[in-house]
Amino acid sequence: MSDKAAVPATVTTPDTGTARKLRFHVLRHDPRDPRSVPHTEVFELEEAAGMTLFIALNEIREQLDASLAFDFVCRAGICGSCGMVINGRPGLACRTLTQDLPPDITLAPLPAFELIADLSVNTGKWMRGMSERLETWVHSLEQDTDLRRIEAPMDPDLADRIYELDRCIECGCCVAACGTARMREDFVGAVGLNKIARFALDPRDARTDADFYELVGNDDGVFGCMTLLGCHDVCPKNLPLQTQIAFLRRRMAREGTG
Amino acid sequence: MKVIYTDVLVIGGGLAGLRIAIGARRRGHDAIVLSLVPPKRSHSAAAQGGMQASLGNVIKGEGDNEDVHFEDTVRGSDWGADQQVVRMFVNTAPKAVRELAAWGVPWSRVRQGDREVIINGQKVTITERAEAHGLVAQRDFGGTKKWRTCYVSDGTGHAMLFAVGDQAIAAGVPVHERKEALALIHDGSRCYGAVVRDLITGELMAYVARATAIATGGAGRVYRVTTNAVICEGIGAALALETGVAALGNMEAVQFHPTGIFPAGILVTEGCRGDGGLLRDANGHRFMPDYEPEKKELASRDVVSRRMEEHIRKGNGAKSRFGEHLWLDITLLGRKHIEHNLREVKEICQYFLGVDPAEKWIAVRPAQHYTMGGVRTTHTGESPTLRGLFAAGEAACWDMHGFNRLGGNSVAETVVAGMIVGEFIADFIDSPRGDLDIPTALIREAVAAERAKLDTLLAGSGTERADALKIEMQQIMTDKVGIFRTGTDLEEAVHRLQGLLLRSRQIGLRTRADGPNPELVTAYRTQKMLKVALCIATGALTRTESRGAHFREDFPARDDAHWLKRTLATWKDPGDTLPCLAYEQLDVLSMELPPGWRGYGARNYVDHPDTPRRVEELERLRERLQGAGRHEVQAEIMPYQHLLPERFRGRNERIDERLP
Repeated sequence: MSDKAAVPATVTTPDTGTARKLRFHVLRHDPRDPRSVPHTEVFELEEAAGMTLFIALNEIREQLDASLAFDFVCRAGICGSCGMVINGRPGLACRTLTQDLPPDITLAPLPAFELIADLSVNTGKWMRGMSERLETWVHSLEQDTDLRRIEAPMDPDLADRIYELDRCIECGCCVAACGTARMREDFVGAVGLNKIARFALDPRDARTDADFYELVGNDDGVFGCMTLLGCHDVCPKNLPLQTQIAFLRRRMAREGTG
Repeated sequence: MKVIYTDVLVIGGGLAGLRIAIGARRRGHDAIVLSLVPPKRSHSAAAQGGMQASLGNVIKGEGDNEDVHFEDTVRGSDWGADQQVVRMFVNTAPKAVRELAAWGVPWSRVRQGDREVIINGQKVTITERAEAHGLVAQRDFGGTKKWRTCYVSDGTGHAMLFAVGDQAIAAGVPVHERKEALALIHDGSRCYGAVVRDLITGELMAYVARATAIATGGAGRVYRVTTNAVICEGIGAALALETGVAALGNMEAVQFHPTGIFPAGILVTEGCRGDGGLLRDANGHRFMPDYEPEKKELASRDVVSRRMEEHIRKGNGAKSRFGEHLWLDITLLGRKHIEHNLREVKEICQYFLGVDPAEKWIAVRPAQHYTMGGVRTTHTGESPTLRGLFAAGEAACWDMHGFNRLGGNSVAETVVAGMIVGEFIADFIDSPRGDLDIPTALIREAVAAERAKLDTLLAGSGTERADALKIEMQQIMTDKVGIFRTGTDLEEAVHRLQGLLLRSRQIGLRTRADGPNPELVTAYRTQKMLKVALCIATGALTRTESRGAHFREDFPARDDAHWLKRTLATWKDPGDTLPCLAYEQLDVLSMELPPGWRGYGARNYVDHPDTPRRVEELERLRERLQGAGRHEVQAEIMPYQHLLPERFRGRNERIDERLP
């Protein structure tokens, strides 16, 4: 362990009182470097008003250690890049305010995904693999839509219900929080099951329950879920994963036995 | 050395890039998409409020069509846009919405019957038509005559990106993630692909392609305060610029969005104002009607942002420890509406401001938002000076936004340009122009040149810190090349940026590992970003007029007589510290809509000498064609259908305009 400290670069100082000293315990490792051993490194920063983990980690990189690897893209809670384990709980770092955390903050990469380095994991590769396996796209009967014609109508409530499930940002928090995913490398996770539920709801998708059964009617699919439901607890978008998984299990069980 | 061959190399995995790749695949060509990040994390996902397309399904969109969308877009551009390209765009946008609907985008839909909406601060009941029930709905946005913005709650870009991303997977398009193009391979007249770095292993590779498309989005991160994602650093524009051959168009045209949350700069959608939200000052006074009695909060973004800054300058800003700001009030929309149609906004306010926007006002101030300029292309998306190089979306300047883009026209442009340019790329590959005949020495030398640059950074004795240079550049851009510009400020900016560029040639690294080394990435990107920043600042300094988002306090009038032209910036020699600027004249005599007053903003412009003649010509023409249908009249004035790829030609059906 090494200790490093720095003066904050931001001009933003809190209104009154003395700022807290934050200690970030960050898991570090470069799996491509044969000399690298996973270890925790501690960085100290002075807290600033409105400080998020996005701001804090960038400050650490700018001032204390230019080599620290992590991923941010939108920094607004929309893109799902910055999932990490924050004090033991998977979440989006960009929208986590340090004021909501104790002064000792432990950061680790999401488990279940291939580690790139430090806090950066390869969720993209995992999600693409899942999408290919589950064929997460509308399987339309029509070959070519006539784009000049008025679109097919859809019940407004149904469109809203599909969007509710379409809000998933593939951040990987649900997979990181999943007991089954730890034991079964090929488990599709709540993210995968939610997608099947989304396409099953969509009348534009011509697939039937029998088709979906082929995709998730097994232990790597909906029957692998042990209903621990860590996924539901940590989902940053508050997707109704518990209901969707239960609903899908029932449909798939009926399909498998019927 | 690894060399990968393909038909189409797409640099950038957002909506424009993915749609190009899908189009090329459907025409039987191979395509590889390079992406810095998993494609579904691209900045396209951040488009919240919606996509403009003149479907005219909602009652407040009744009577909307391509003509109205065309006029709104050209007025919005302050006559900087290429009007034929705007026509191509507005005619394809409804087709894009319908294609996306077929691909699974859960567009919010019209519900027949009465509903309560907020218009100009008042509750109004409107009645949706029975025949529109279940069709794609539209909301109001700034600078538009009709409600035209199609939306999926306020997660429109996300829903579009996931649908298109999944279609790309269905089409078997390989996306090479965490790979970054460092340079284009070219011989001064033909582009052959790119030198690419693997951001995980550090490996350098060559991607050789018959067509190369830049779809890397905007350059917002050259500014300190921006709504843009951290990957929007203008690198695609820099790649084109560094060829010395391809030009960047109108880089000084930079949009500032009125409602970045203060001070983080995170966007809250224009849909807030479109749905009836109001701007208020420190005293709670709704000030926009004082400045813009006609469009109020819904004038174009450049105008609203300027009025906000003007109002703050007059001492009406709310004060906070971070500086001054104004308020966005959406409480009048009601909790139900906010939790249904503005849920991302609600989440952002909750997480970043600790505020419930159904109860409290949102602290906002304009922030850099959009790059109207980009790689200059023709209407086909191809660079006129470097064969085989294409560009689309925010990275390109083909040029449909001119000096100000309308809200809802950018996410629309991504898919529309992807559709159109994808077809033209396929045509190019099918033609002799697309034949590829590349000497292997050219590939080897291009890779060696990039290797040498990286080695200089990794092993050199430079002492400059990359992140410090980058922050200084961003601060200069925000302070001196912002909403209000003056010759003095811009001269200072150019001078200081030149100094930074020289210093960036002496960057030294503390972390000398190749592979996942964020400091190395910042170093080579900062060198590129400084060139892009210099194109913006010199373009702004040279343009002694005000047009759209480019506002010169020392030259407040729009000067059509001298400045109805597009800036073209090239970077002739790698050792230069300034771009070369040239200008491309816009032809008033071929415009469908000659320059005039926009309908909002200051009425302050100098006419082009050809304008009265064109106005008169058009009056005579319209008189002669009295009784003819709108399509016939339009085709007489400024034909454009022949410019579109064949599969996207043709009229768009509407409730009131049925096709046979």
